[in-house]
Amino acid sequence: MLQAIEIQKIIEANLNCNFIKVNGDDGTHFEAVIVSDVFAGQSIIKQHQQVYSALGNMMQSEIHALSIKTYTPDEWSQKNNIKG
Amino acid sequence: MTTNARIKKLIDDNKVLLFMKGNPTFPQCGFSSVACQALRALDASFETFDVLQDPEIREGIKVFSNWPTIPQLYIHGEFIGGADIIRELYESGELAKAISKE
Repeated sequence: MLQAIEIQKIIEANLNCNFIKVNGDDGTHFEAVIVSDVFAGQSIIKQHQQVYSALGNMMQSEIHALSIKTYTPDEWSQKNNIKG
Repeated sequence: MTTNARIKKLIDDNKVLLFMKGNPTFPQCGFSSVACQALRALDASFETFDVLQDPEIREGIKVFSNWPTIPQLYIHGEFIGGADIIRELYESGELAKAISKE
């Protein structure tokens, strides 16, 4: 069964992440939270496209559903300040 | 007509078009359902295209948008994104703005 940590490692290997966490334990549905400098100045579409691209053809095969949340380091610290 | 030309015509002919699995009454996937709910909550009038009825469009739209998943939302001919983005834009109010823009 596909593990969240495997997806996390593949994204990490192909995308420069400041922070990444992939959750999901049913083998088909996963959720990724990714913080990266490379997202700065990019549209959400472009940010998500980069995550998909890091996963290569896994999106066409093993991964049935992947929910993605992307943040620049600035957005991430703002979000956590508000919450904290 | 090629698949690309068919997709182009679909998004040109429909101001708000959601490529989804199933239809708004019977969505065949949780993500497609979320996308419909957001559009309905805005009281937006929108058209849907059921990719399960058309394997060519189902695969073609992924290449056309450079996006590997369904649903996919187009507004005024512009690719908006998939379920996560639709939800984010709905929550921030930007989805309503994009739809009301003429």
